[in-house]
Amino acid sequence: MKKWLALLLCALLVLSCVACKKQDAAEEEEADYSFADGDQYDKIGGELNVLNWGEYIDPELISLFEQETGVKVNYTEMTSNEEMLIKLRSADNPYDMCFPSDYIIEKLMYEVTNTFDPGNKYSLPYMWGTVGILYNTKMVDEEVDSWDILWNEKYAEKIWQYDSVRDALAVSLLRLGYDMNSTNPDEIDQAKEELIKQIPLLKGLGTDNIRASMINNKAALAVIYAGDAILCMEENEDLAYVIPKEGSNVWFDNVVIPKTAKNVDAALAFINFLNDANLAARNTEFIYYSTPNQGAMDRMDEELAANETFNPSDETLARCGVYHDLGTDIELYNSAWEEFKTAMGK
Amino acid sequence: MKRKFFAYPYIVWMILFIVAPMLFILYYAVNVGGEWTITKAWATLSDAGKWHILWTSVVMAFKTTLICLLLGYPIAYILSNMNKTVAGFLSVLFFVPMWMNFVLRTYAWQAILEYFLPNLLGMKDGTLTGTEAAVLMVLVYNFLPFMIMPLYNTLAKLDKSLLEAARDLGANSFLTFVRVVLPLSSVPGIVSGITMVFIPAITAFTVPALIGNGKYYLYGNEIELAFKTLSGQGDYAIGSTLSIILLICVVVSTVIMNYFDKDQKQGGQMW
Repeated sequence: MKKWLALLLCALLVLSCVACKKQDAAEEEEADYSFADGDQYDKIGGELNVLNWGEYIDPELISLFEQETGVKVNYTEMTSNEEMLIKLRSADNPYDMCFPSDYIIEKLMYEVTNTFDPGNKYSLPYMWGTVGILYNTKMVDEEVDSWDILWNEKYAEKIWQYDSVRDALAVSLLRLGYDMNSTNPDEIDQAKEELIKQIPLLKGLGTDNIRASMINNKAALAVIYAGDAILCMEENEDLAYVIPKEGSNVWFDNVVIPKTAKNVDAALAFINFLNDANLAARNTEFIYYSTPNQGAMDRMDEELAANETFNPSDETLARCGVYHDLGTDIELYNSAWEEFKTAMGK
Repeated sequence: MKRKFFAYPYIVWMILFIVAPMLFILYYAVNVGGEWTITKAWATLSDAGKWHILWTSVVMAFKTTLICLLLGYPIAYILSNMNKTVAGFLSVLFFVPMWMNFVLRTYAWQAILEYFLPNLLGMKDGTLTGTEAAVLMVLVYNFLPFMIMPLYNTLAKLDKSLLEAARDLGANSFLTFVRVVLPLSSVPGIVSGITMVFIPAITAFTVPALIGNGKYYLYGNEIELAFKTLSGQGDYAIGSTLSIILLICVVVSTVIMNYFDKDQKQGGQMW
């Protein structure tokens, strides 16, 4: 009896897998994955351990790179800069390359040179974007132009805050009219109190799960990164993205090779590969984050390149700022964040 | 001598994976960046907010255990009274979900509670995640088999002739259950069931994070925060101190449970 049941379940499992495969094949479109610069890649071999953000690369590129170089890519995902830093700090970390953001690169660089990598000797930009509000135009009937709306009781339990210490506190600081890199304990304390006041209004604290929730009309407002916003807007036409008038964060993620890397050749080849104009264009079209690669901008889908969320105007960017490493003052943010989280357990 | 030899792998395992990690936790609780200090540990111990979260988690684990017991006991009892083949088949059905990874099951519940059920019930923009009830339900779902398993095992081994004797002496089925079945065979099952549910429930952090939308916050999440998100010096000390407190809770509940168990073996009357 048990055996038959197990057999039946196995059969079902296999059948469902086959069904999935077929569906995938049908959806696949032909895209041009040829090299723009005619690079030849040597057979390097070995393994390449990559640590990157979730859903932040076109998986097709990984298989293509594996084919070209014979390198086996082990791809690990993370959800925050802080998580990545902790993983990199451990002496026996296996990673050959990773993609930290601006303020983390600054932190890492200050340990080496005391300046932010002039001439990009240690890091190369991978993608960039902004932080803003994604909202559902069917659920929000007023104009969205301020972070204030995330504290509006009308939308109680329909608001996603971002589960990241710098982003959440930046939203709160900017709303209060303070600098997003503030190191003034009073300002940070006020920003924390405002976040605590926001708790009853929140649907939750999210990262990658915000996308599905917004696409399926399960929330009205969300703090989100621009690339994720474009993905959501492609799937649900009722969604809109705005960078509030108080300003916001503009960020860039660079690729770096840790000094503990074991397969530096493969890591360098992968960086070249990702910067091939044609492949970078495919990548940016796939993940919807903005590429810093001019060659890719020239080759990519024109509609996306002209999208204001993908490629914001200078006027919008003028009110955005970059996060800086705060040195030991980051403790102020960490303890504020911890107090905020603890307040959630009450 | 030979017997001792066979114990070595277990001793090595225990030292590597149980004793050494605990020593590491102790070390990190009182050593911040190479300096011996108890300031971080003390700050953690004297933070009322953290004790509050611990209390919330204990209450949550207690509710989970109670519901699992109330649901699991009748199921195990019914199963134990069934034809062996049917009971075997049904218990396979109970354990099929356990073949799948715990986190995957929780993700599946997230999709069900966030999208599938609300859509089915016609709640167009509503969801069932992010509430205490949802977190509790998924905890019960995940831990129920751990309650049924030991209960079923003890109940199935019960000597049926004792029941016949009780009926023979004039006890009705209720009396037979309360005076014979419950004290004779269930206590060891109940004790191990409670232990197997309460302890994982008190340390749960995946379920509150995924089903509670990161908003329903338990003690495990607090520990995760200290180790995973905060990267400042001394945050390992906070996380380690929290872990030690939790370890003490686990040890205390195990000791209490063992006390009841021993009581039973010595023939003490618990009921």
